Amino acid sequence: MENEYKKDREKLMSLTRELMPQEFGRVGVIWVTVLLIVLGSGLMAYIHQLSKGLIITDMRDYSSWGIYISNFVFFVAISLVGSLISAILKLTYAGWRTPLTRIAEVIAVSAIAFAGLTIIVDMGRPDRIINLFIHGRIQSPIIWDVLVVATYLVISTLLLFLPLIPDIALCRESGINSKFWNMKIFKWLAMNWKGKKSQFFIVNKSIKILAILIIPVALGIHTVTSWLFATTFRSGWDSTNFGAYFVSGAFMLGAGAVIAAMFMIRRQYKMEKYITDGHFDKMGKLLVLLSLVYLYFNINEYLVPAYKMKHGEAAHLNSLFTGHYAPMFWSVQFFGMILPILVLIFKKGRKPLPSFIISIMVIVGSWFKRFLIVTPTLLHPFVPIQNVPESWKSYNPSWEEWLIAASTLAGACLIMTLFIRIFPIIPIWETAEGNGIKVESHDEK
Amino acid sequence: MKEEENTSRRAFLEKSLVGGISALGVASLFSACDTDVKETGEKVKLLSPDGQIVEVDSAYINTNIPDLKLSEHNIREGVAGKKFVMVIDLSRCKNAKKCKEGCSKMHFLPKERSYVKVEKMQDSEKTAPYWMPMTCFHCDNPPCTKVCPVDATFKLSDGIVAIDNDRCIGCRFCMVACPYSARIFNWGEEMYALDKEEEKAIPEHTACSTHKLGTVEKCDFCPQKGEKNELPDCVSACPNGVFYFGNEYDDAVTNGDETLQLSELLKTKAAFRYLEELGTKPRVYYLPPVNRLFPFKDVEESKNS
Repeated sequence: MENEYKKDREKLMSLTRELMPQEFGRVGVIWVTVLLIVLGSGLMAYIHQLSKGLIITDMRDYSSWGIYISNFVFFVAISLVGSLISAILKLTYAGWRTPLTRIAEVIAVSAIAFAGLTIIVDMGRPDRIINLFIHGRIQSPIIWDVLVVATYLVISTLLLFLPLIPDIALCRESGINSKFWNMKIFKWLAMNWKGKKSQFFIVNKSIKILAILIIPVALGIHTVTSWLFATTFRSGWDSTNFGAYFVSGAFMLGAGAVIAAMFMIRRQYKMEKYITDGHFDKMGKLLVLLSLVYLYFNINEYLVPAYKMKHGEAAHLNSLFTGHYAPMFWSVQFFGMILPILVLIFKKGRKPLPSFIISIMVIVGSWFKRFLIVTPTLLHPFVPIQNVPESWKSYNPSWEEWLIAASTLAGACLIMTLFIRIFPIIPIWETAEGNGIKVESHDEK
Repeated sequence: MKEEENTSRRAFLEKSLVGGISALGVASLFSACDTDVKETGEKVKLLSPDGQIVEVDSAYINTNIPDLKLSEHNIREGVAGKKFVMVIDLSRCKNAKKCKEGCSKMHFLPKERSYVKVEKMQDSEKTAPYWMPMTCFHCDNPPCTKVCPVDATFKLSDGIVAIDNDRCIGCRFCMVACPYSARIFNWGEEMYALDKEEEKAIPEHTACSTHKLGTVEKCDFCPQKGEKNELPDCVSACPNGVFYFGNEYDDAVTNGDETLQLSELLKTKAAFRYLEELGTKPRVYYLPPVNRLFPFKDVEESKNS
């Protein structure tokens, strides 16, 4: 009995050594440098925007929302992956998800944090943000969004942090890089973790409660975000399907994001043992399912109004199907949704490299899909656009806008990268448990 | 028993509260009648509110009263006793653009910017095109005020949908929510560039005309004019009497030349509201473009061809 316990502790320690965060390689250093450069130049562009006002963007009275808003929707969408992997797959007892939970949760936390920042970037008067709290009107969908996004951020952070506590303790215990791990912050973050049975009981129970809680909140954040559009009269937005349409698109994007992150982490840190081909196979299947659901909602959103071609909707739909936005619209529909289904439905397509390429297509496609939801609608208002400068009739984001949007994406990537540098990205104790190693400590000091 | 105690306690609180307030009121009344004033013996004749001529000692006359209307104006309060309404006669408009000029001038906007639009409309292929001036419709069920997260745009008792430019956070949700594209945004300072003197000339009592960077503005129905029973500048600037403006409580609208009974006008002239099916209940009515004063002529188009 005592012997078995010792064996388990040894196994746990060797697993810890294997999964300890690793220093950046050459690629890692280049990656972080590029991210820092993009982030820095975006910050400069934002300072420029703060001093001049939104005039430096290409948004004007008709295209009054632009890529800041579509970028915000993209961030909210991608953050839904946290609830997909750590809640839905947990509650359906999909044991294979263990090595992916932390990847998904760190994507969720960094994305939702930058969703909040992006919405501030879009404000004409960011200096008055306090008004949201002192004069907030609960009748406004923006306030619903503030409330539900903040709630989601809290629950996601807890879902990231709670399973991390035992791992931080294990990292400290391992003795590797002890100078780093002995820093006060980690001692504090490990919260006096001893690995007692009672402690594991609390952590497991809390994770389960949070996993259940996060599902309605996740549906909430993206449904409410869709209502920022669906509560208006605008053609293309005036839809009762919008909540479900947005949520399904978000899950598709989230699954794509996890595949892309899985591939890069596995390659960079040689994690083939933990992130296996089987994971790509299963995530590929999941992505096919989610893309099919999204396809269904796309048919609803575009085919049904197109069948009727109401006067107000016709100009908007024609601009998407055959007009100015047709090349973007059809590329996004094909490369971002149809092709993933066609490729990932075959076993060979679900190998790591092809599914990585497809996941990148899904991510890029999803970003432009949100552009196509926001901009063409605004350029086709009920009252025809007349007597304004020619440039106001179209929307071509300025370089400042591109830079600021890119820097928010870079910022989210940087948070994820730094997280992986500091913490073990594959959950140690959960993996050990999955391998039949007892993780509870007998040490009752 | 407990409940009884509670109610009596509440009653006591209410009584003492009311008592306190009335005591305060009386005290302030006394302080208002300054008893220390020494009479000068010089009597001044004044007209009382009920039309009587009264004589008071000049010592009691305080000439130092600030202009109440300007200093105490609350942009969240409408003009009392008014419910502004507009009727636009489409048969009279020839796109003279004087309304736009008048609006730009009144609201200290650059020349090419105005709260009024004049749209070239054509309902269907074979029907005749016509000019359609559009202001903010000051809807009775405004989609813009519904979505505002900070109550920076709101409906007033006089029917006006106003904006508090000191509170607006510039999220532009209201612009997106307005199906009539009535709202414009201060993207940059050049959109309302005024010199300091001009800026000083902006009167206080204008719900929208305080141009602030990064906030939304729009047609405000010129309440500072309506309050004095004057017409908004777009109305008085129009050479063809397209715009009729008035107080719904008086059941009368005027374009400056003729004054008509609102209810009768709406009934007999087949008045309609733009995009009625959206349920926004605009306060601006249109009279259809029939028996036109002018043949439709698109100056810009003929210039180009």
